[in-house]
Amino acid sequence: MTTVTLTPAPPTGLGATASQSLAMAWRGLVKVSRTPEQYADVLIQPIMFTLMFGYLFGGAVAGSVKDYLPQLIPGILVMTLITASTVTGVQLREDMDKGVFDRFRSLPIARVAPLAGGLLADGVRYVIATVLTMVMGVIMGWRPDAMGAVVSGLLVIVCAWAMSWIFAFFGVSARSASAVQGVSFLVLFPLTFLSNSFVPVTTLPGWLQGFVKVNPMSHVVTAVRDLTGGGAGGADVGWALLGAAVVIAVFAPLAVRGYTRKV
Amino acid sequence: MNAPAIEARGLVKDFGDNRAVDGVDLDVATGAIYGVLGPNGAGKTTTIKMLATLLSPDTGSARVFGHDVVREAHTVRSLIGLTGQYASVDDDLSARENLVLFGRLLGLGIRGAKAKADALLEEFALTDAATRPLKKFSGGMRRRLDLAASLIAQPPLIFLDEPTTGLDPRTRLQMWDTIRRLVAEGSTVLLTTQYLDEADQLADRIAVIDRGRVVAEGTADDLKRSVGTQSLHLTVASHGFGHDEPSGPVDRTRTAIRELTGQEAVLTPMSGGARLTVPLDSASAVSDLLVRLRTAGVEVRELSMSEPTLDEVFLALTGHGAEEPDERILEEVHA
Repeated sequence: MTTVTLTPAPPTGLGATASQSLAMAWRGLVKVSRTPEQYADVLIQPIMFTLMFGYLFGGAVAGSVKDYLPQLIPGILVMTLITASTVTGVQLREDMDKGVFDRFRSLPIARVAPLAGGLLADGVRYVIATVLTMVMGVIMGWRPDAMGAVVSGLLVIVCAWAMSWIFAFFGVSARSASAVQGVSFLVLFPLTFLSNSFVPVTTLPGWLQGFVKVNPMSHVVTAVRDLTGGGAGGADVGWALLGAAVVIAVFAPLAVRGYTRKV
Repeated sequence: MNAPAIEARGLVKDFGDNRAVDGVDLDVATGAIYGVLGPNGAGKTTTIKMLATLLSPDTGSARVFGHDVVREAHTVRSLIGLTGQYASVDDDLSARENLVLFGRLLGLGIRGAKAKADALLEEFALTDAATRPLKKFSGGMRRRLDLAASLIAQPPLIFLDEPTTGLDPRTRLQMWDTIRRLVAEGSTVLLTTQYLDEADQLADRIAVIDRGRVVAEGTADDLKRSVGTQSLHLTVASHGFGHDEPSGPVDRTRTAIRELTGQEAVLTPMSGGARLTVPLDSASAVSDLLVRLRTAGVEVRELSMSEPTLDEVFLALTGHGAEEPDERILEEVHA
């Protein structure tokens, strides 16, 4: 009789999951270094939208471009990052259609690692978009509180990362990358535009004000405005973080389940 | 631990209305090369995907070294390596980056993963191409990298899904050598193939699978014996006459064969004659036939006896028109 030496199953604890996720994140970064054009959206959008919205609405909304910027930049920042987080879902869908994902599935690794790794690598996108948006604002005359800018940048990145789990869930559930794109934009547009991002809430009809006030995006925008204006952020920072935690708690398991079941 | 490498019972998988796998049983002993032979769409890949935990069976169960592929999927994954048409490598990464990635995922640590990657690149003669883009890899290089990637954890069971499909003959022979070496080092290999000679050359046991069902199982010799004993190949000269010339040498040979064995010979025209093939129950019938042919004045150029090829087995078992496999063959092979 032949004796089979059985290798013990690799550890599945948090440490192993983290190192597997980091390995997958490394893969994501190597891929991007080969195809830097994938970063086009986070390179162009912050510059274009800040310029466009600033000069277009500045005079009308706040009297001058410079006075509009403290209101606008947080709005653009949140919108750009949430938009960037939808790309995660689209790219995940494209990635999963490749043969290599079958190998990932056949490896004794945590099921969440391929998803978490991709999402971690996307953190680089959010950092680029955040820095570019803020730098554009400063060039146009925005003078935020330095500490507040750093803290609010981190807050927005955390929120965008949380949101990317929603789009990752769409990514693993949808049939094709273009379907992910379609669904993502249906979610994205009402969330970003029907908020306090670009116009003062008081100018909106009453029924719309109701939605804008409960829109989590408004809380994030308010928190960023407060922080960059030198304030302490207050309750809105708490709401934003709580919202991010809830989104991850709900959508991360859903995304992993969808990923595991995908044929 | 003496559990068989694979023990599958009644595996069934439906995709919508299409039953891809329809009650497959497999028993693969440790240390063997087991061949799963079948045409495209027979259910080979779906079966492997279930055994490799990529798909869960609708009904039935399978164990790998005694571990259930559904309930103990994580343990099973640590015992298998998967290479095939689908379990591939990442096109956007170099060969070395791919191997380092899989090494890190398997817990080797950065330094360990790099050392393992370099060792495997060396072993599979890919060192020179280690940093070249994968898009510039030949089919053979890609297969070698695929295989190397599934050997990082030195798994005791390796699934190879059509490992040589699309390879040129020389690369194919190299791949065969590699597979033999894996088994010599103690691995168990389950390979699927559409190529009969590949199963014949490599596999200790073969399951012939068609329309999601195992229609025959056994050693290559068992399978060949199941279709008949031996075939006689006869090359007859026809001296410028067409091979279909009435009462020419070829025609006289066919008549002699028909009268002696009651069977119709299969005729292959050749320059200056024809080749005739007919199954024979016993070799002694050959001498009777040769006497008749000499009497009839037929010049026999070449004569040989051979066991049926797996091609003939394959056609007999899975050929068109055969809605159900021949019961006689099934009984003989399973006996």
